[in-house]
Amino acid sequence: MAVCIAVIAKENYPLYIRSVPTENELKFHYTVHTSLDVVDEKISAMGKALVDQRELYLGLLYPTEDYKVYGYVTNSKVKFVMVVDSSNTALRDNEIRSMFRKLHNSYTDIMCNPFYNPGDCIHSRAFDNMVTSMMMQVC
Amino acid sequence: MEGLTLSEAEQRYYCDLFSYCDTESTKKVASNGRVLELFRAAQLPADVVMQIMELCGATRLGYFGRSQFYIALKLVAVAQSGLPLRVESLNTVKDLPLPRFVVSKNEQESRHTASYASDADNPASYSGVIPPPPGRVQAKKGSVSHDAVQQRTSTDQQESTSPVVSPQQSPPTSPHTWRKHNRHPSGGNNERPLAGPGPFWAPFSEAQPGSSAAGDPIWSGHSPPPHQENWVSFADTPPTSTLLAMHPASVQDQTTVRTVASATTANEIRRQSSSYDDPWKITDEQRQYYVNQFKTIQPDLNGFIPGSAAKEFFTKSKLPILELSHIWELSDFDKDGALTLDEFCAAFHLVVARKNGYDLPEKLPESLMPKLIDLEDSAEVGDQAGEVGYSSSPAEAPPSKSPSMPSLNQTWPELNQSSEDTAIVHPVPIRMTPSKIHMQEMELKRTGSDHANPTSPLLVKPADLSEENKISSSVKFVPGNTVADGYSSSDSYTSDPEQIGSTVTRQRSHSGTSPDNAAPPPPPPRPHPSHSRSSSLDMNRSFTVTPGQQQAGVVAYPPAVPPRPQPSQGTGPHVHRPVDAEGLIAHTSTSPQQIPEQPNFADFSQFEAFAASGVNEEEEDEIETHPDVLQAEKPSDSASSLRAAKTEGRVEDKAATSVPNNTGKGTTPLAPPPKPIRRRLKSEDELRPEVEEHAQKTGVIAAVLASQPSIPRSVGKDKKAIQASIRRNKETNTVLARLNSELQQQLKDVLEERISLEVQLEQLRPFSHL
Repeated sequence: MAVCIAVIAKENYPLYIRSVPTENELKFHYTVHTSLDVVDEKISAMGKALVDQRELYLGLLYPTEDYKVYGYVTNSKVKFVMVVDSSNTALRDNEIRSMFRKLHNSYTDIMCNPFYNPGDCIHSRAFDNMVTSMMMQVC
Repeated sequence: MEGLTLSEAEQRYYCDLFSYCDTESTKKVASNGRVLELFRAAQLPADVVMQIMELCGATRLGYFGRSQFYIALKLVAVAQSGLPLRVESLNTVKDLPLPRFVVSKNEQESRHTASYASDADNPASYSGVIPPPPGRVQAKKGSVSHDAVQQRTSTDQQESTSPVVSPQQSPPTSPHTWRKHNRHPSGGNNERPLAGPGPFWAPFSEAQPGSSAAGDPIWSGHSPPPHQENWVSFADTPPTSTLLAMHPASVQDQTTVRTVASATTANEIRRQSSSYDDPWKITDEQRQYYVNQFKTIQPDLNGFIPGSAAKEFFTKSKLPILELSHIWELSDFDKDGALTLDEFCAAFHLVVARKNGYDLPEKLPESLMPKLIDLEDSAEVGDQAGEVGYSSSPAEAPPSKSPSMPSLNQTWPELNQSSEDTAIVHPVPIRMTPSKIHMQEMELKRTGSDHANPTSPLLVKPADLSEENKISSSVKFVPGNTVADGYSSSDSYTSDPEQIGSTVTRQRSHSGTSPDNAAPPPPPPRPHPSHSRSSSLDMNRSFTVTPGQQQAGVVAYPPAVPPRPQPSQGTGPHVHRPVDAEGLIAHTSTSPQQIPEQPNFADFSQFEAFAASGVNEEEEDEIETHPDVLQAEKPSDSASSLRAAKTEGRVEDKAATSVPNNTGKGTTPLAPPPKPIRRRLKSEDELRPEVEEHAQKTGVIAAVLASQPSIPRSVGKDKKAIQASIRRNKETNTVLARLNSELQQQLKDVLEERISLEVQLEQLRPFSHL
């Protein structure tokens, strides 16, 4: 159950960012923004030669005392960043992966929509529903 | 938590709510969507809700037990009454009204306005585009559930008065929950009222005034005739209270709040009566119109309309891009970026409906889902056609353009699917679509969560699809039921369990996502250990050579194999040897003699080879003597060389022993044979290796044996091996010694530097003191 989910475009601006409403959302926005650095670092660390083999799931980007940040980048350099509450210890790596997979699938569906121009903000209801299902269930 | 005293009404109400939220019947409610919806519908500020949750202990426990839930509800009531949230207030506040949730039947006006107001703030998409409808749609979702719950409680009390109320229980989001709803003990009431709306239909149809004012459907008297039941139910409820009266459409939309639940009723009735009109049904004339339009873009009715063409076409309708985007999402069933005829008709239908003021559904209506026109489906299609015809009779439902349509449809798919899940056997996927793979993927993805075995559909479908390829060219999708069920139900389950199927089947882009996808780089070649012994053994080479051992002489085997100095292990191999020897026995007649003797092992095979090759007996004699000599000379040595617990040792030994045999030859041809032998020995099937070894040795052994060295020679071979190892050790020693000296030198230099620096420091220090 994520606390915040963000989709970042290739140019590092957010296409979609949504967080649990009760928290200080700005804090999450800032966290996502800073995590982009880590994402870039991980991507560049792979090296050009390994671009093909590069795994899309980046794993834990960095942990803080309150939450952990996970990253996932597609082959088109669209990044998914997920902030997860640290207290939720039940979340395993596989679950995070599957959540990213779902995100990626939904994102692909959005891309297939001819009315969606790549680079636009994401307004899809289906995507919203999917993200809602993943978000931490806090009022 | 403190004891909580509840009035009877409260008790009942809370119990219903708890059952409603307890979707998994676990007697404790996790913070799932229902609870959240409930709390959200309470229209309390977020921090108040957090406070409530803390007070009731849910945050502590991580879930809502029954008591926590009750306490939470009570606190909601307290908060809604404007009282400060205190734990003490739980029991002290008397006559607290029941907590109100959005769009409850009991207090509609305030709640409706409040709910709409709050829903307007919903961050849901479309909120900016179409102010009222989305809000209401949201309200619908959130409120219906509570509505239903409220209804249940109210139905207990007012069963006779509002029979139509209770049907409004099914939340549009999940037929699953709706079904659960029904199963609830209090849900029994649902059944009864369901039948109610039916008879009411006719009389109430007139009762509905022209709230259908909003936009005239192009095709009058059909397209989505409102669910009469829905209108009926709303006719009962004070329509004024529900009216925000933004505009006629909004009026209808408001009723959608109710209609969501009534949709379930409608579905029930539909199923029961099978004469219900599907508001989303496409009439024949509509369909024809759509088909004609399709032809203007794509002459081939079985082909696709690419996304770009469709985009242009639908942009002409002047709907906002967001809505068109949503329509596309709904209608592009297989998510391939192109529209088939069915998809196109569905999209067109939605556009038309939208232009007429209808709300867009959250999920594709059942009737708009592309269906496979197949033999098995023909019944369904016929059914739907019948319904279409039915709906085309305008007289009954002209006035009520059902604003409820969208909401109804939202529940419809679920209901239908739920019923179809049980009633209709999923037809085997038939028609192949051009995007067969996509279909497969999508189906699997969609149905992955539903079907216990996501992989089986995958296996099934390709076969079926391939069959279907031959059958016809119609581009229909797999059975609408299967897909629809998968599709809708998967979408409807907001808390969808991991779609393993999707994981498995979604091959589109995520080849790199599986954790084990990235094949680990091949393990680096085993470094040649500097350990003299192992290096001398040259296991790597022997192993790598193994595959090629079949070919004699392929392997460049080092002639000198230092015997493993493991006298203690000699016995082990002995045991092995006999085993190996057993196999050899069959081949050689003299083997029994040599079995007990380790060194015989290698010789043994050689012996066999000899026998096989018909080598002269003198060699045999020599062999015979060999073991004796070997035994006499260095039994332990050979034993050790023969083997240790490791087969390698054995191999070595063999090699060693064979090496002596080779000594005479002084060549390495024997190397290969020992190698293969070694390899074979390593394998578990010793007999076979033995045989193979022998076979390999056949050719070589002949030569080898011919030059069978005397015992001293074999011993010499051992010595050679030892010497070779000694040599190697010496080399290593020298290298290390050199390294050591260099390092010593460096150390000396560094020390000198340090000393000089210290001296300088000392020189400077006096100055600092001055």
